[in-house]
Amino acid sequence: MADTHSGDAFVEFERVQKSYDGEVLVVKDLNLSIPKGEFLTMLGPSGSGKTTCLMMLAGFETATHGEIKIDGVSINNIPPHKRGIGMVFQNYALFPHMTIAENLSFPLEVRKIGKSDREAKVKRALDMVEMGDFGGRRPAQLSGGQQQRIALARALVFEPELVLMDEPLGALDKQLREKMQFEITHLAHSLGITTVYVTHDQTEALTMSDRVAVFDDGRIQQIDPPDVLYENPKNAFVAQFIGENNTLHGTVKSISGDECVVVLDSGEEIDAMPVNVSKVGERTTVSIRPERVEFDKSRLHADAHTLKAEVLEFIYMGDIFRTRLRVAGTDEFIIKSRNAPDQTRLKPGEHVEIGWLARDCRALEA
Amino acid sequence: MSETGQNTGQNGLVLAADGTPLKKSLARSLRVEKLRALALIAPLLLFVLFSFIWPIGEMLFRSVDNRDVGEVLPKTVAVLKDWDGTSGELPDETVYKAFTADMLVAIDAKQHTKLGRRLNYETSGISSLFRKSGRKIKKLDLETDGPFKEALIKIDKKWGDVETWKAIQTHSVKYTDGYYLAAIDMQRTPEGAAAQSEDKRIMMTLFKRTLWMSMIITGMCVLLGYPVAWILANLPARSANLLMILVLLPFWTSLLVRTSAWKVMLQQQGVINEVLVWLGMVADDSRLVIINNQFGTITAMTHILLPFMILPMYSVMQTIQPTYLRAAKSLGATNWTAFWRVYFPQSIPGIGAGSILVFILSIGYYITPEIVGGAKGVFISNRIAYHISSSGNWGLAAALGAILLAVVLVLYWVYDKIVGIDNVKLG
Repeated sequence: MADTHSGDAFVEFERVQKSYDGEVLVVKDLNLSIPKGEFLTMLGPSGSGKTTCLMMLAGFETATHGEIKIDGVSINNIPPHKRGIGMVFQNYALFPHMTIAENLSFPLEVRKIGKSDREAKVKRALDMVEMGDFGGRRPAQLSGGQQQRIALARALVFEPELVLMDEPLGALDKQLREKMQFEITHLAHSLGITTVYVTHDQTEALTMSDRVAVFDDGRIQQIDPPDVLYENPKNAFVAQFIGENNTLHGTVKSISGDECVVVLDSGEEIDAMPVNVSKVGERTTVSIRPERVEFDKSRLHADAHTLKAEVLEFIYMGDIFRTRLRVAGTDEFIIKSRNAPDQTRLKPGEHVEIGWLARDCRALEA
Repeated sequence: MSETGQNTGQNGLVLAADGTPLKKSLARSLRVEKLRALALIAPLLLFVLFSFIWPIGEMLFRSVDNRDVGEVLPKTVAVLKDWDGTSGELPDETVYKAFTADMLVAIDAKQHTKLGRRLNYETSGISSLFRKSGRKIKKLDLETDGPFKEALIKIDKKWGDVETWKAIQTHSVKYTDGYYLAAIDMQRTPEGAAAQSEDKRIMMTLFKRTLWMSMIITGMCVLLGYPVAWILANLPARSANLLMILVLLPFWTSLLVRTSAWKVMLQQQGVINEVLVWLGMVADDSRLVIINNQFGTITAMTHILLPFMILPMYSVMQTIQPTYLRAAKSLGATNWTAFWRVYFPQSIPGIGAGSILVFILSIGYYITPEIVGGAKGVFISNRIAYHISSSGNWGLAAALGAILLAVVLVLYWVYDKIVGIDNVKLG
């Protein structure tokens, strides 16, 4: 499991377990350390334990076992309101009976900060999210994107060192979401705050984070920077969950260094990189990114293995073409190719030969 | 076709495709829908009109209606107009003659006792005067038995009393504010409106008590109902439903049974006193008096009206997401601050709706105060019921009812000014 102890850890989970009913562990033996200033995303399908981890960090759930530390101090017995952690909720949770300024002023009031100080901080926070003129309005009078900014400003106004965000962009439309993704990362980095961000949207995770922790079944399956995660998934779940992947099943025929040959169930042979396989004869699932598949023979090694494929569907998507092929017994094999002037547009019914570089095709556990 | 793609007529009206003004065209297309909607609500509308609005209007009209005197004694009323009651002199023979003539007609139609009863509301004793004199006046002959002044005074010397004639004169107007004056402990005298004699003043006490006790009952319901509604709204659905059944259970039992049960509980030989005596907390000879007074009424009515408070509060609290409390805590608020500054303000619409409901219900409550209220714990509604069914003074009952209605409307208006009626949610 991902065990990333380091000396400069700001937030630490040490062997944390969580169970709601005493029968099933929702979080299993979680170890995680987050250095100061990092933007870490917890990514995973629903029920994978990521939100539970966030809630334990915020103090709304107690860990069944293990310790959570901030700055070296165990916070297991500190109530949420004393943790000083900013939090942005999924549906923003802006108080509907208060104006925007009152919402922002709330965390400062409960901290007994003087009126003039309070007003200055509220103004600064509103300006920070470019909502300076909206202080007098009520949350219901704002659009989703504006509410999102206010929620962010409210979580930051009392200058916490750690901010948690629980799928904060889930309710926004695509364009706004992309804009906010950029703004949130920019803000988090410029303020130097540590951010723990929970999402089930892998694009969001990849574009925003310094590191991504992929959760499944109560465990961190892999924790790495986005590019490593995308290009070197450590197991079949991560490969499948991050981005799009073509999977084929087969048996390892031979291994030589970081290359191997896999015999597919259809009898054809392909080149792959052994990741989670070590023995000849082992069952394996190989995964290949759609954009790394070549159908132009001149761009492959002369001795590369190829597969026969029949074009089933060609989808024009603007910036890319998406072609669905029948390969080695599956009808769901996808190729993505860039919409460039010299790009070939495959036609349904056409027969082609496809292949790839061995390092782009990862032989994972079955 | 203009540039905006709309047909515009000469005077700037927007036109439909066939050249008719768009508004007219729209109204025509909506007419069928409106008619259909009207047809759907028509049965209820008619039912409410005939069974509710019309009788209530009729009843309210009774509070000012005073045609009895004029209808039964038309000639007397006409000639009494010229008499000056303040002079201290009796009216002259013409009045007595006209009165005898009117009475002869009224006695035949058996109307004179009704008139006596009506005048008795204002001046006690007149009812028996009319009833007793009636038998003797019947024997008088209009042609032969004059002069009638002496004849009538001979029948009953009260006919020689200026006050009797003043009463008839004062109450001979068609419409009167007398019932309303009576409803606020005043009376109409020949000299104008005046305060009722002290021993007869009861209405204002009752009004004040009704309002005051309704407020206490509403307050008790808020205090007792709020935590229950909160638990209901925050429990998992299964246990919440079970608890909800317990809240609604009283609705399945007759109001009379529940009130009677309180009687069993509260009386001096009742369950509560027996248990306290048995535990030795109360001496046998100083049992608590907790029934037939205000305590009894407040206790029983709080219990009976509690569901009306819990239900609106519950439905409002259900819509308050738990994340608000979490957000408040994450922002540094203690449990109490989070509740008081974030949860409570959002639950006010529920408290408002429940309070209006309970207050208006209790202001007009009748059965419970009647059974457990005794003399000190009855409401104005018990007085209304008394005048409707026992004393027969429907005019006064109507006036009391109208005042009660006005009070409710005024309070509703005040509430709207302070809290805002938009803030009231039943769900």
